[in-house]
Amino acid sequence: MSEVVVSGVIKRYGRVTALAGVDLRVPSGRLTAVLGPSGCGKTTLLRCLAGFERLDAGEIRIDGALVAGGGRHLPTHRRNIAVVPQEGALFPHLSVADNVGYGLDRATRRSDRIAEVLALVGLAGLGTRMPHQLSGGQQQRVAVARALAPRPSVVLLDEPFSALDAGLRAGLRHDVRDALRADGATGVLVTHDQGEALSVADQVVVLRDGRVIQAAAPATVYREPANPWVAEFVGDAVLLPADVEQGVARTALGLVPVTGAVPDGPVTVLVRPEQVRLTAGPGGVTATVLRHDFHGHDALVGLGLTDGTRITARVLDGDATVALGGEVTVRVDGAARAFPADPSVGRPVPTPVRLAG
Amino acid sequence: MAVALIPLVYLAVRTAEAGADRIAAELWTERVGLLALRSLGLASVVTVACVLLGVGTAFLVTRTDLPARRLFAVLAALPLAVPTYIAAFAWVSTAPRLEGFWPAALVLTLCSYPYVLLPVAAALRGADPAQEEVSRSLGRSGWRTFTAVTLRQVRPATAAGALLVALYVLSDFGAVSILRAETFTRAIFVSFDLGFDRTGALVLSSVLVALTVLLLGGETTTRRRGARYARLSGARRPASRLSLGPARWPAMAALVVVAVLALGVPAASLGRRLAAGTSRPGALPEVLTAAGNSLTVSLAGAALTMLLALPLGLLAARAPGPLTTALDRLAYLGHALPGVVIGLSLIFFGINVAYPLYQTRWLLALAYATLFLPLAVGAVASAAAQSPARLEEVARSLGRGPWTVLRTVTLPLILPGIGAGAALVFLTGMKELPATLLLRPTGTDTLATELWTSTAVGAYAAAAPYAVLLVVISALPTWLLVARSGLLDKEKRA
Repeated sequence: MSEVVVSGVIKRYGRVTALAGVDLRVPSGRLTAVLGPSGCGKTTLLRCLAGFERLDAGEIRIDGALVAGGGRHLPTHRRNIAVVPQEGALFPHLSVADNVGYGLDRATRRSDRIAEVLALVGLAGLGTRMPHQLSGGQQQRVAVARALAPRPSVVLLDEPFSALDAGLRAGLRHDVRDALRADGATGVLVTHDQGEALSVADQVVVLRDGRVIQAAAPATVYREPANPWVAEFVGDAVLLPADVEQGVARTALGLVPVTGAVPDGPVTVLVRPEQVRLTAGPGGVTATVLRHDFHGHDALVGLGLTDGTRITARVLDGDATVALGGEVTVRVDGAARAFPADPSVGRPVPTPVRLAG
Repeated sequence: MAVALIPLVYLAVRTAEAGADRIAAELWTERVGLLALRSLGLASVVTVACVLLGVGTAFLVTRTDLPARRLFAVLAALPLAVPTYIAAFAWVSTAPRLEGFWPAALVLTLCSYPYVLLPVAAALRGADPAQEEVSRSLGRSGWRTFTAVTLRQVRPATAAGALLVALYVLSDFGAVSILRAETFTRAIFVSFDLGFDRTGALVLSSVLVALTVLLLGGETTTRRRGARYARLSGARRPASRLSLGPARWPAMAALVVVAVLALGVPAASLGRRLAAGTSRPGALPEVLTAAGNSLTVSLAGAALTMLLALPLGLLAARAPGPLTTALDRLAYLGHALPGVVIGLSLIFFGINVAYPLYQTRWLLALAYATLFLPLAVGAVASAAAQSPARLEEVARSLGRGPWTVLRTVTLPLILPGIGAGAALVFLTGMKELPATLLLRPTGTDTLATELWTSTAVGAYAAAAPYAVLLVVISALPTWLLVARSGLLDKEKRA
């Protein structure tokens, strides 16, 4: 059981600042996802945690012990961490069992720990195979087993699923989450895939330009993002300019209650597409159907309001109610999150609306 | 790296010592001008011929429906296994009147066009067929697509191959000597061997090195341009094959003629002479002694070379930067530095600086190390790439210290590649002629020098066993090269 605390970490490469003062707490026994677009510094953060890079400022503590900072740099092999890199990086000259046993001492290697972690990742009995005889997904499972085997304080996963195809990825990430949980391991998962972060992590840390923008539970990050950028980064978002009066926002979609205590005045509100309801009849705000993206389990409907504002609605009941170019009535279900007004969002689209064919 | 530079630095120092007047007197003569013209002329003729022959053959065996393509691919690559002086020997022993510029050009072309063929064939296989398809879809005919797209795709490979050929011709000693084509390398050797005219040999050597550097400069420019030909990533598909129709018979005939000239003539000649050569009394012990000498000298050379190459290669692979680029460039220098020049420089170095080494096998081993260091560094660097830094990071993250990681991960992964590099150096050393000729201790004969001595006195039958052994020895690195070029890979179904 081990907690990782990162405080004020700065890392520069020449003139580029990769980490501009990162503060972060990774709770023990949980999986924390570090989420951000490419170039946000998430891989640098992971490499600093692993000890592959030296900090320029700040400190990192694992289990309260200082491993980096203040002139100290504990080398990687003494940090009691384990890394699962993007492409697995199995040792090609060692069998699966020898790969998994690489970080174990002689006595533990003879115990049934190897078989135990292989079973944990669903590869029981494949110990004698060589890495090249495994599929991409199986190789990643071995890489996870190899990291778990020595019971490290922290397992660092560096976009471990990004090289796999979508179907495999979803199954594997949940198996890996379960394996980490079953072993009681503390995990840090670096990813740019918001779906991945939201679905497997206990805590999501949103990183942008080398800074932590938000660190919270997945549902909180989605429903109460720290700012409009996070709102759009973690999911589909409808951002509208609005005026708040006594806890109710006046928007192009009508009156919408806002969450939390928001002072009166101009704001930007966030409405998630699944909050937008479509009805056929009159009574409410009318909108024209511009776009209809069918996804199977649901559909995203692009709508144009009479004032030119474009919004998106997520509908579950197929395509019965909407026809391209048809008119529908929209209303917002539930409360919206309000941000200080941002003039750049929700501005009416100046070009004439063209119907998709 | 210092070892590689000793001969060159020494060459420069000694040449300068001769004094400007002396140098000018040696340099500005009609003879030097003629030599330069002839060397450059030979290099140009052979290079152009090799490009035509190499690109044409590469296209035929990779992109057309020519019958028996893989057989022709192997036949076209095999001349690499015939050292030029053996090919020259085979031609001379078949037609003793054959000598001079054009026969030398013919023999050198037949021996070195695989240097163009192999990279171009690899590039043709690797080139993205989508570009050709786009060109066709935009209304360009097959021929215009070939000239406007395909040839441009393989231009970097062609240029690299052509450069190799040009450098190779400039530094070639054996073939031009046997065929009596008066070029720089031969003139250097003769002026040293007959007249012991040091200054003359030194000045000529310096001019040859200058020509080589000039060519390498040209290479750098083509490299820079080559960067623009990056291929987009994506799934690779084999290109569709051009249907030759009735044209395939003349195409086949042309390839057969080339194969007969490049392989048939040497094979027939060696075969004919071999019986006579082996039945000669006392032949076997002589051959065995020479083989033993070749073996020990090359082994010592390979060991010394690898010792020097290991740290350099590892450094180059781990710390990319200007040094890596420079080392990369040096791989070409390996083909470029004429063995005659290296041998000559080391003789002077041995006599004047390291006399205890003079007339020992160690000086010869040092010459091999200088000549083949780039080859070995390249092998070590590409072997080190087998153990990416990522793997070592993972190993360290699993709690293993640096030495344990080196022992359990890095070394097991790179040793096979290093072994292959050592074998390559060893085999290349076995067939090296000019430096061996100059530096071997008196009375020590190797396979290559025995062949040389016998040929010089017209004892063709006596030379044959050495030639055959040398071809067999050269075949192995050739096979490695051919296999690595992907020329033999089974074609995947589209």
